[in-house]
This record gives sequence, C-alpha cells and structure tokens, in this order.
Amino acid sequence: MAPDVIIIGGGLHGCSAALHLARRGATVLVLEKDYVGRHASGVNAGGVRRLGRDLAEIPLSVASMELWHRIGDLVDDDCGFEGHGHLKIAESEAELETLKARVAAVRALGFTHEALVDRRQLRELLPAVADHCTGGIWCEGDGAAQPYRTTLAFRRAAERAGAVVSEGVHVTGLRRENARWQVATADGGAHLAAAVVNCAGAWADRLAAALGEPVPLIPSAFMLMISDRRAPFIKPVVGATSRPLSFKQFANGTVMIGGGYKGALDRETNWTELDFRGLAQSAQTVADLFPVMRSAQIVRAWAGIEARMPDDIPVIGPSSTEAGVFHAFGFSGHGFQLGPISGAIIAELVTTGRTNLPIEPFRITRF
Amino acid sequence: MFRRLVEPERASVRLMVDGRPVTAAPGDSVAAALLAASVVACRTTPVSGTPRAPYCMMGICFDCLVTVDGVGNRQGCLTRVREGMVVATQQGKREVGR
Amino acid sequence: MTDLAHLKDQYDLAVVGAGPAGLAAATLGARFGLTTVLFDEQATPGGQIYRAVTETPLRERALLGEDYWQGAKLADGFIKGSAQYVPGATVWSISHDREIGVSAGGKARLLTARHVILATGALERPFPITGWTLPGVMTCGAAQILLKSSGLGPDGKVVLAGTGPLLWLLAAQYRRAGVRIEAMLETTPRRNWLAALPYLPKFLQSRYAAKGRALLREVKASTRIERGVGAVAARGDGRLREVAYRVGRGREIRLEADALLLHQGVVPNINLASAIGCKHHWDETQLCFTPEIDEWGRSSIPGVSIAGDGGGIAGAEAATESGRLAALDAAWQLGKIDDFARDRHAGPYREALAAALYGRRFLDLLYRPAVRFRHPAGDTLVCRCEEVTAEQVLDAVKGGAVGPNQLKAFLRCGMGPCQGRLCGLTVTELIAKARKVAPDEIGYYRLRPPVKPITVAELASIPQSDAARKAVVRG
Repeated sequence: MAPDVIIIGGGLHGCSAALHLARRGATVLVLEKDYVGRHASGVNAGGVRRLGRDLAEIPLSVASMELWHRIGDLVDDDCGFEGHGHLKIAESEAELETLKARVAAVRALGFTHEALVDRRQLRELLPAVADHCTGGIWCEGDGAAQPYRTTLAFRRAAERAGAVVSEGVHVTGLRRENARWQVATADGGAHLAAAVVNCAGAWADRLAAALGEPVPLIPSAFMLMISDRRAPFIKPVVGATSRPLSFKQFANGTVMIGGGYKGALDRETNWTELDFRGLAQSAQTVADLFPVMRSAQIVRAWAGIEARMPDDIPVIGPSSTEAGVFHAFGFSGHGFQLGPISGAIIAELVTTGRTNLPIEPFRITRF
Repeated sequence: MFRRLVEPERASVRLMVDGRPVTAAPGDSVAAALLAASVVACRTTPVSGTPRAPYCMMGICFDCLVTVDGVGNRQGCLTRVREGMVVATQQGKREVGR
Repeated sequence: MTDLAHLKDQYDLAVVGAGPAGLAAATLGARFGLTTVLFDEQATPGGQIYRAVTETPLRERALLGEDYWQGAKLADGFIKGSAQYVPGATVWSISHDREIGVSAGGKARLLTARHVILATGALERPFPITGWTLPGVMTCGAAQILLKSSGLGPDGKVVLAGTGPLLWLLAAQYRRAGVRIEAMLETTPRRNWLAALPYLPKFLQSRYAAKGRALLREVKASTRIERGVGAVAARGDGRLREVAYRVGRGREIRLEADALLLHQGVVPNINLASAIGCKHHWDETQLCFTPEIDEWGRSSIPGVSIAGDGGGIAGAEAATESGRLAALDAAWQLGKIDDFARDRHAGPYREALAAALYGRRFLDLLYRPAVRFRHPAGDTLVCRCEEVTAEQVLDAVKGGAVGPNQLKAFLRCGMGPCQGRLCGLTVTELIAKARKVAPDEIGYYRLRPPVKPITVAELASIPQSDAARKAVVRG
C-alpha cells in the first residue's frame, strides 16, 4: 500500500512533519539517508528561543514555544527542555541602543517576549558577566533542550502514531507518475505517494532543483565546543550583539559554546572540518564576556551539517512548480526551536492546502 | 605507596602539596612526586566525589588531575616538578575561575 | 618552558611522538634535507617504551635490560641531528591540509607541514574489573614509567594481574630492583595455546624466544604465579585493600594488597589519526581498531603517514624501521630523493622490519585477552571519566543506542576528557555482542579535534590573520 506522504529527511523537521501528519490520519513514510538526527538536528546547540529572531519568524517561533512548554504531552518525553531564559548582551552603549531599537520593533508588531534590561538588571541575571557589559535583551521562558533526544522523541512519537521511518535509504530521484509521485532510492527502490515533503536539510537544494525551483542553499558547518564540568555559575542561555555567541551551562556543569563560526564540510562524505581560527575567536568572545571561563577546558568540538539560506530564514511552503510537493528546509542554524511548529504547518498544508500561520516570507520563490 | 629504589643524584626539589611541604626528585612528574609522598588520592571526581589516583602515567587517563600554581585540571603526570611549586588536590566539580 | 612563537609557519615534515618510530622518522627526514619538527608531550625523548632513557635514575643497565638501552642510541641520534625538537607540546588537531594545532606553556598556535608522520604509539588496553578505579590500582605501564623516570617502586603488598610480555618484563625488573611481588595473576586463557601453537616454530626461531624464555625463567624462580585466573576484582574503601580472584571457576581467593598492577596488552593510540579522518578497521586478532596504512605507512589521507605501534602493534624495533620507511617516503613525495634512492635506502629497513616482525604472531595469539576481561557486566565501570557502568551501557543499547555515537546521546559515556581512550574498545565490543554484529560494523566513537582538552585561554591565544577576522558570519 503506497503511503499518503513520503517525507525526505529524518531530521527534526522531517520527524515533526511525520508526527503531525500521522496524527491527522495520514500514512507516512520517512526516508532518511543516514540515521535519524545524524546531522544538524542531532548535534546543534539545542537553543529553544524566540529572542532575536528575524521578524518574519516571530509568529512561528511564538507558536512553537507554546508547543515546547507542553513538549511532554506532544512527544511523551520532556526532551531535556529547561526554560531559564535567554539574554542577548550589549557590550557598549551603542550596542544597547541597537537592542533598544530592536525591542521597539518587536513590540510594534504586538509581541512582548523581548524586554530590555539595564546594567543592574543584567548583573542580577548574570552575576559572572564582564564589567564592560551595558545591558541586554531578556526573554523569559526561552531555554534549551537536548537535540538528539528531541529528534528521537519526535521519531518515536511519529512511529507510535503509525509513521514508518526507514534509515540508510538515500533518495536519488523524484518523478511524477500520473496523480502520484515516485521517489527513487539508491538501493533500487521506488516508492509511490500522493504527496512528498522535502525536509532534506543541507541536501534539500538538490530536490528543489529537480523540481525546477532551484534555491541558493549554502551547506554550512556551524561549529560548537563543550567544556569540562564547572561549578554552576550561569542559568540563562546567552548571546552577544555584534559578535556571534551562543553560550549555555547544562545541569551537569558543562558549558556549551556556539555562535556563527563555520568549519568546512563535504556533503558527499558527511565530513566536517573544524576551523580553529574561528573557534579561537569564539573562545576570545567567551573570555571577554565571562573572564572566569578562561581556565575552562574545551573537551570537545564538532560541527554539524546545516543548510543556510542567504537571507537566514527557512524555506517553508508548497512547491511553486509542482502540486503535492512541500518544503521545510534551510533553517540557517536556528531551526531547532521551530521543529515542533514546522511539522504542524506542513501537516496543515498537506491535508488542507492552507495554514493559519504567516508563511509568505518563507516562500521558495523569493530568491 | 611508592618508595625510592635509588637515591636521586641531583638536589631534591621542594614543593607544597595541600599546604604541606613535599620533597621530590628533579625528574619527577607531579604525579610521581605525589605517589612517592604517599598521597593516596589526588582528586575526587566531579560526577560522584569518588577518590582517584594516577592510573596510566602517560597522559591519557586524566585521573591524575591536580591544581598546579593556581591552574586547575593539570595532568600531574605531564607536569614536571619545579622548586616552589604549589600543588593542590582537587575536589569534585572545578570551581570556575581557578 | 617551550615557546611556540619561535617555530616556523611551515615545515616540510612534522612528526608527532618521540618514541622509537618518531625519533627514527625525524632523524632520517632531517638527514634527507627536509625541514623537520618533532612534537612530543613528554619533557625528554623516548616515548613510553624508552621513557626517560636520557635521564633515568636507574643507571645500572641490567636492571631495566638491554632492550631499553637501545633507546639511548635512537635518542642520541635524534638530538645530534637537525630536526627541531619541541618537547612538552601537545598536538591537538591536524586538518586534511595538514594544519597543525599545538599547545605548549599555556599557549596555542597553528602551523602547517607538507607531510605529517603520526608516531603516537600505543596505550594499554582497558582492563575493566570491579574496583579498577580505586587508588592503588594502575596499569603495569604506569608502574614501569614510575620505575624508569623516577626510580620508584610500589611499597607494601604488590599484585600483578593480566596477560602479555609486559607483565613478565615488569616482574623481572621489580625482582632485580628488590621489589617483592605477592603474586602474579596470569589471565591468559588456556585455549589460546591451541590457536597459537601453529606459530610456535617461527617464534622459537625468532629473537623473541630466547629473551622470552630468559624472562620467564627469571620470574618463575622468584614469584608466585597463578595461571588460568578467570576473575579479578579490586576491593577497598577509597583505596585498594584487597584483590580477589578465582582460578578458572574455583573458589574466590583474597589477597591483601596495596598495589594492583594491571596489563592485558597494548593497542594503537588512534585518537589523532581518527580525528584527522584516517580510515581504520577492526583487527580481530589484536581486538582493536587499527589505521589502514600501506607498506610506506601512508594513511587514507594524502600527506599523512602513520609509523610505529600507532599503526599496528609490533614492538619497538619494528616501530623504528617503520618510522624510517615513512620518512623515506616523505622525502620521496616531497621530491628530495628519486625512486631509485628511495628503494635503495628502503631495502635494509624492510629487512630489519621483517626480522622484527618475525615470530610475533605467536605472541599476539597467545596473549589475546580473555572475553571476560573485555566484556564487563553489572556495575563495573566502563567509562571512568563519566562513571558509566556496563549495565547502563547495555540498557542504553536496549533503549535504541545502536552504536557508540548514539550512546553519547543517552549517556555521557565517552564524553569525558580521555575521549574514549579508556572505554572505547569496551563500548564497541559490548554493543557488538549485544546486537550480535561484528565490531567493525559497530564502529568507534566519532573522534574530533581537539584530541586533548585545551583551555579557553589557550584557544583564544591562537594568532589570527586579518582575513579570518573579516570572515566571521553572524548566525
């Protein structure tokens, strides 16, 4: 029996789409070329934030956050989610002005999750922060979760709802067969379905190109580092204003350091290579903002393979060239928090043809 | 726990371990000096507070971690003793800033 | 204190590790006119097998034995040569383009080499028994290092346990040094003799036979040896107090003990090679992952060669020759010598290598560690750094962790500072057994640089280029 929907890509977005579709009664098959959570979904910084998002993403992010706060109900696993808040730090008066303008812009849209904090309030929230920091944006209720565990939880919930997940299956082609789609795989298989969802992450551009709607996707290897165990000294997740930084301490005391620095990668072999000059700049940022971290040991560093779009927001929506095909990819390093909602949006689109959330800015034709 | 089988040829090195003076031989690693001074455990683990001592003596087990001259998590087996060195055994999670 | 600032930005040849393979490689590379740098973590040359050979307080040659003193010649040749020596330095990263990340004296920097030879040697196979983390329990190698570099021997009641030549060598050295051993608990499975027997004739003709026989005689004459030991446990309250063991399935025997020295063979130290991306395969005889290298030591990454025990356990003499062959190949690859010169020089090294390898298979098969000492159960610790037990590992496998990398998402197994050096093989074997799949299919931890921890301050101290500063993209 051919499934109703084939989802290409078993990352968080693919598994989330599988779950929401299965709960709506669709028969779903997920085809994953490596294993579930192998790439960006399983190895990212785990940030669950509304703070600092592109204005277009905010409605989706706010809706997704509601799902995060009930994640146990959604996937029967708390995913390690902890909501100790997010802080974006200003290191000068000029940066604080930028942040002030940002908060005003967000409030003008009717959203109140971002609040400006001054020097004193910053130090109440982050006692260990360096003296030169002038304030920041505070977002209560934001937090972090465990990426691989979360992806696996969505997978399992989808399977309990009847979805089938096949790993080690590499999709090589897509062809329309009358009213249905035929998905060809490297093992010689051919799978038919009424609808196809492209959640292929850093490889999604190939499918898009095959559909006649090429996109300028940039495969990117975002680098992360983790420290040894430190006595607890910071609760919220921290970012900076004009330097890339994502900084959080886990319950076990280890500190994760991320940001925008990229390594090199090879999409064919899944190989990533770290760029230590970039990591050195990351380390410098950490040392500048939290001097007590200078003696922390970096125990491990890694980079996942992620898809970046030139405007740093994802592609979400129906195909512009073919009926029955839908896209959810290109989350540009901040898709983890959007995982719960992206699947819901896709499920709505596939089954009803429309969605309540404003996804116009994410249309595939915008490039 | 360990004893000298030969007398060191060169002048001994004096260091402080947890506030008490310890004598070592010039070629000793800090880990060797601790074992020779009958220090049973050089640290307790951050996970469970269990005592540990050097296990491999070649820099791969990370059980010989001690604080040397104020810098924490130094591998004692890869650190050569120096006159006046201050060594502290480590308890549990490392305090940030040391 | 070693100062990295004076190093060149680029060398023809970078060698990592100052054991026999590294010393031989760096010495020869420099002789062929390659600008050569040798990095090593220790303060003096020799690696582990020739540890402290230039400064050991144990001057009486008979104590450590003549094999050890071979290292002095190698070290001497190296020091007199023109390779740049950087002791006290930790190489924590090497990229595909051979950009090397190295730390010394609290600072780090990057530099490149046109060719790299990894000579990172071996480490002791994990020996996960009850109580193996107790103070008072250490490896035979560790005890031997204390002996060589500081002239220290264990006080009180000493028990040795395990299998392999090092056990016998250490026992002999202790006897010569006047260290009393309560017992040697020999865990070699009796059935190993069946597998090893066909290779006995070759062994008897090799250089290892006479040495081995002499060692065995010396130790047997003075030490109580229990053979066929099937279980060993270390017990105590915060420190070792007693060792419990069984001969076969016999009743438990307890020995009061202050020191328990464990050894069941050595395995290649693969963390750096793995982090670079060199291909490895599972060796079913030696029960470990070994890099895939050709007869010149070339790995699967162009420009990166592996020499010595790090490329497959074969002992110090084989390591020396494989180091020379790798350096020869590097000199040829970099155009310093032609095919003819390379092959001419290689001849004697290959002969010496063959002689060094001759007869070893017998030892590999005889001293292959027993399953029960490789597959712990219950609350025996598998991961020492993060204190993860065998039972927790097996539960995680039941819960869906299909391999060592998925395991990391359930448990912190393998995520401590040792980067799996003391738990990786155990984990691979446990998962393989639980899933009834070959270890090669299960694979190993996905290792990435830094292969040893570096501080935030060290990392931040890496000099930047302006281009790198401008290349920052906001995420």
